Amino acid sequence: MSTLSSPFVTPSAGTNRMMLNVLIALIPGTLAYIWYFGVGLIVNLVFAIGFALLFEALILWLRKRPLKPYLSDYSAVVAGWLFALCIPMHSPWWLIAVGMAFAMIAGKHLYGGLGFNPFNPAMVGYVVVLISFPQQMTTWFLPITVSGEAMNLVEAFSYSLGFSDLQQWDALTMATPLDQYKTNLGLNMMVSEIRQSPVFGDFGGVGWEWIANWWFLGGLYLLYTKTIRWHIPVSMLGAVLLFALIFYVMDPDSIASPGFHLFSGGVMLGAFFIATDPVSASTTNKGRLVYGCMIGTLVYIIRSWGGYPDGVAFAVLLANMCVPLIDYYTQPRVYGVEPPEDHHH
Amino acid sequence: MTVNAAEITREGLWKNNVALVQLLGLCPLLAVTSTTINGIGLGIATLITLVLSNTLVSLIRDVVRQEVRLPVFVLIIASIVTIIELSMKAWFYDLFLVLGIFIPLIVTNCSIIGRAEGFASKNPVGASALDGFMMGLGFLIVLVLLGMLREIIGFGTILAQADLMFGAGAKALTITLSQDYDGFLLAILPPGAFFGLALLIVGKNLIEQRLLSTSQAIGGAPASAS
Repeated sequence: MSTLSSPFVTPSAGTNRMMLNVLIALIPGTLAYIWYFGVGLIVNLVFAIGFALLFEALILWLRKRPLKPYLSDYSAVVAGWLFALCIPMHSPWWLIAVGMAFAMIAGKHLYGGLGFNPFNPAMVGYVVVLISFPQQMTTWFLPITVSGEAMNLVEAFSYSLGFSDLQQWDALTMATPLDQYKTNLGLNMMVSEIRQSPVFGDFGGVGWEWIANWWFLGGLYLLYTKTIRWHIPVSMLGAVLLFALIFYVMDPDSIASPGFHLFSGGVMLGAFFIATDPVSASTTNKGRLVYGCMIGTLVYIIRSWGGYPDGVAFAVLLANMCVPLIDYYTQPRVYGVEPPEDHHH
Repeated sequence: MTVNAAEITREGLWKNNVALVQLLGLCPLLAVTSTTINGIGLGIATLITLVLSNTLVSLIRDVVRQEVRLPVFVLIIASIVTIIELSMKAWFYDLFLVLGIFIPLIVTNCSIIGRAEGFASKNPVGASALDGFMMGLGFLIVLVLLGMLREIIGFGTILAQADLMFGAGAKALTITLSQDYDGFLLAILPPGAFFGLALLIVGKNLIEQRLLSTSQAIGGAPASAS
């Protein structure tokens, strides 16, 4: 129906369109991931999205909500997709099931479902499996260009289902670049020595840095379609860059370079796709800057002095916790109304 | 105030359960229930403290002046806990090492001063001792259930390290449910305690709901809802 009087703004698409944009933006990075690391990612994606939809359907049924509108808004697909990208390739199916169960049931629906969850569901699921299954979550496979071989789709499926074991593929696993930094800096090795390992590329790890580029490109698409705003990615990447730069300048021999920090681990994916989750992120522009800055700072702190090699998920969850407070203190003034007397912002 | 034994028992074990209804003593409850044996150890220590403190408080209830009663109660509880701590050091040293600070911290368990103030200071010795026993038993049962739940999910065993409690011969008590279970660390870590306790409370409320609806179906008001 066309309107003949104002407003002339076409109704912007709802959750569906937004989530669809996110999925479109994820495609180039995902293809690059498969290019560098093999088809194992497809197995992750199939299981994660499948379980996300399954558990969402289950909890909707338990809550006596209609299935179709909620299942077709793509939010579960996005959560499953992001989760699949965060966990190591060739993860066992049950690990993905546990993660998605916590993401959908505990992270999303126990708080009231889409729009009410204070925490990013995909990150809730990821952190649960990260702290629960340290062995599986630190088994990372080498990029194809380094190892020279990879599983095919059938092998990858049967591996995830537990029909073949690690011994057969043991030679293909190795610590991630971030892991190597963490361990070897702890052993007082120099950055130049650490970077001798074949997993390192120009900035980050081989493959990883290029995938990060494609996340960046996807992020630009999200900005172009106005799915996200610039505040969170810019302030988050800016904070990581700033801290990395300060410490790098102080001691370039034993501190990873700013380029490495930006292009490795989950920073690029996190800045554009995870921290920008419209439900759990801050909702005011000033608040978004604070929120992004906080995540970037925490990522650097956790990576440098924390117990885990990467800290994007923890940083996002910790910042999620602060969102109500951030939003409270960054409410924009209502135009045409005198600011209240006791407003000291 | 009239009290009868059946009512005290029902209050302590079910209707006014320290852990599931009053939600008191959560700190030790959540901290030490990573295994069944830890739960039993702390549960028994708390049970003994409750019985002794309720008995003593009830005995002196007419002697102590109203104004100083709380410091006196705390003193009594602290003395009892110190005795238990020293006894555990003497006879269950390994278990004491596992439970650590949570044994002396029984002093701060709100349920103990709560029962002293709320029940023992107003009731005769027999009833107070029974109340302490039933409240302690209710707490012990929840500790053991939660410990068992977390141990099964977290490690796939029941009664691991039973030798800490019952001596070297008790090693055989340990039941391993599955040999190739990798373990689910979340259940052992603090979040697992919150999830586990929440599930137990859900379970209790479900049973209560079920009982209520059946008693209504049979006819009339729920039986003996005093």
